Amino acid sequence: MKTPLLEIEDLCARVADKEIIKGFNLTINEGEVHAIMGPNGAGKSTLSHVLCGKPGYEITAGTVRYKGKNLLAMAPEERAREGIFLIMQYPVEIPGVPVTTFLKHAVNAIRQHRNEPELDTMEFIKLLREEGKKLGINPDMLKRPINVGFSGGEKKRLEALQLAVLKPQFSILDEADSGLDVDAMKVVAEAINAERTEHNAMLVITHYQRLLKDIVPDYVHIYADGHIVASGNKDLAREVEEQGYAQFLKEK
Amino acid sequence: MTTEQEKPEIADESGDKYKYGFVTDIASDTAPKGLSEDIIRLISQKKGEPDWLLERRLEAFRFWQKLKEPTWAKLSYDKIDYQDLYYYSAPKQKVAPKSLDEVDPELLKTYEKLGIPLKEQEVLSGVVAVDAVFDSVSVATTYRAKLAEKGVIFCPISEAVKEYPELVKKYLGSVVPYTDNFFAALNSAVFTDGSFVYIPKGVRCPMELSTYFRINAQNTGQFERTLIVADEGSYVSYLEGCTAPQRDENQLHAAIVEIVVLKDAEVKYSTVQNWYPGDKDGKGGVYNFVTKRAACRGANSKVSWTQVETGSAITWKYPSCILQGDNSVGEFYSVAITNNRQQADTGTKMIHLGRNTSSKIISKGISAGRSNQTYRGLVKVSPNAANARNYSQCDSLLIGPDCGSHTIPYVENRNKTAKLEHEATTSKISEEQLFYCQQRGIGEEEAVSLIVNGFCKEVMQHLPLEFAIEAAKLINISLEGSVG
Repeated sequence: MKTPLLEIEDLCARVADKEIIKGFNLTINEGEVHAIMGPNGAGKSTLSHVLCGKPGYEITAGTVRYKGKNLLAMAPEERAREGIFLIMQYPVEIPGVPVTTFLKHAVNAIRQHRNEPELDTMEFIKLLREEGKKLGINPDMLKRPINVGFSGGEKKRLEALQLAVLKPQFSILDEADSGLDVDAMKVVAEAINAERTEHNAMLVITHYQRLLKDIVPDYVHIYADGHIVASGNKDLAREVEEQGYAQFLKEK
Repeated sequence: MTTEQEKPEIADESGDKYKYGFVTDIASDTAPKGLSEDIIRLISQKKGEPDWLLERRLEAFRFWQKLKEPTWAKLSYDKIDYQDLYYYSAPKQKVAPKSLDEVDPELLKTYEKLGIPLKEQEVLSGVVAVDAVFDSVSVATTYRAKLAEKGVIFCPISEAVKEYPELVKKYLGSVVPYTDNFFAALNSAVFTDGSFVYIPKGVRCPMELSTYFRINAQNTGQFERTLIVADEGSYVSYLEGCTAPQRDENQLHAAIVEIVVLKDAEVKYSTVQNWYPGDKDGKGGVYNFVTKRAACRGANSKVSWTQVETGSAITWKYPSCILQGDNSVGEFYSVAITNNRQQADTGTKMIHLGRNTSSKIISKGISAGRSNQTYRGLVKVSPNAANARNYSQCDSLLIGPDCGSHTIPYVENRNKTAKLEHEATTSKISEEQLFYCQQRGIGEEEAVSLIVNGFCKEVMQHLPLEFAIEAAKLINISLEGSVG
């Protein structure tokens, strides 16, 4: 018996006056990895932003349930505390806030939400160092202000570290239009694969099939013009790689 | 001629964010309202001052009467009626306390409530010595004996006038003369108490010195006077903290701080200013008009001002450095936070007179609510100040659409060998930064405080540790309710 984790029904959303998501439907069950592929400019990132509650989008129709609850009614931080994690394409810089400080606030906010005791500084630093080591993160990086002056690879490693430390149940990897740093991507992919369990689920948003060689999805969906135009298994991704998106765009 | 008043009113502490807003119920000895030569004579007599000081006060008062209140600052407030204020209020005590055991327990309780333990055995195992100034008088100074072993003098200035008249006479008013400005003249006429510090030649002061100022009485101006003299080759780190009860009317605070730094000496002066800022509609709050200045008189002398300004309805304050000695160094690190209806016009002056003098200005202004803030600074290089250097950085952070921030950096350079750099930025907390924090589970207010603390970090790291923790908390409290 499959347990649905995320249920999106007839979702429509817009930015300013522009309709971006138009009647989007998708159900993701616990333990599943879904990939969404689509041409550039199709609004793939909008989907990840809407799911995480980023301001600036207006939901005009549809529902999203997460663990049976109305996701769209939750503040962005509540969604995060409930286990939704977005691996961002362009993580933002926060000057003067060291990685350690930032993550300690995040971890304890989430632990508090789960009624777990807060970690003290010593326990926390130990955890951070251990997880960092697995990802090849130098302890010095943990003292630096978050993302400030980080290379593309370092930024991705930091996102992977947060994934490992915050232990979300539903992760969204947004690589909608990036020119991927292949090595950094491998690190992220490994981190994501390490989190694959029968309860956790993932949504991988990408333009290229290449990423899906490292994170092998259970389902692949082709996204165009604001909704899903085709669904299949991992073979669908290969088909796209070989033949391009044109055939799917014509079908509609 | 004095009147006694009991002050039974109680400030409502519950549900209010300014936790220092309580009033101490204590009998005080208060001079009648208003300002005149008679009142000044009375203050001088109460303090048992020598004639020379009374004369100086009167001179200052006569000069002040000719002055007009300055209006150039970007501040707007109701006209202050200087005749409607009390200029002297002292906790009533039969005899001056000889030790802490004799200090009124109500007063000790007040400082305990403020988080300032005065009992020496409780004072962080001897790392900080405290002078506590309550309204117009110093009520207790800790660790004096221990400091005296090193020859360090740390006492109320009213006492220093009597016990170390040569030092006081020589240096008082030598950095900020009464002719300097309107508020300096007023202070010079009516100042009541404050701290005096003297560090002898070659002595590194063995602990942090700290003064806590507390305005308690109603309608009472606080005019404290601090004088710090660092003799050749000495070092001292000095901390200053201020709080006031929450009252509906405005309280006037006009202080002077003078610092004299001789050859090879160094003074670090840190302030956490948390006078009552008024309520969210701008009712009440302290008017803070302060003149702070350090004179680096000797070669290789150094002074550094670090300030965290979160309180006061009105702030008018420009801690300055006169870099007279060759190779002398002046630094100014400032965080100013205004919220609701607060207004701050603050900055610094770096006056380069000696050769190879250098100065650094790091100013971080955070405006929220409907507040208004101005950085006003002057870097002046005189014709003789060969190779002077200055680096200025003024960053402003805006929270919300209704606040204002202004940067006015004056530069006067009269020497072509000078190297002056200025950087200024104005930014808003970006939606992207907030979203990033929230996406990791951090609530919006906590996210703002993280981002703001990050913004201020360069300044905060110059504060002594225990002060830095207090200051970080204050920043969070000051910004409560500024988002959403």
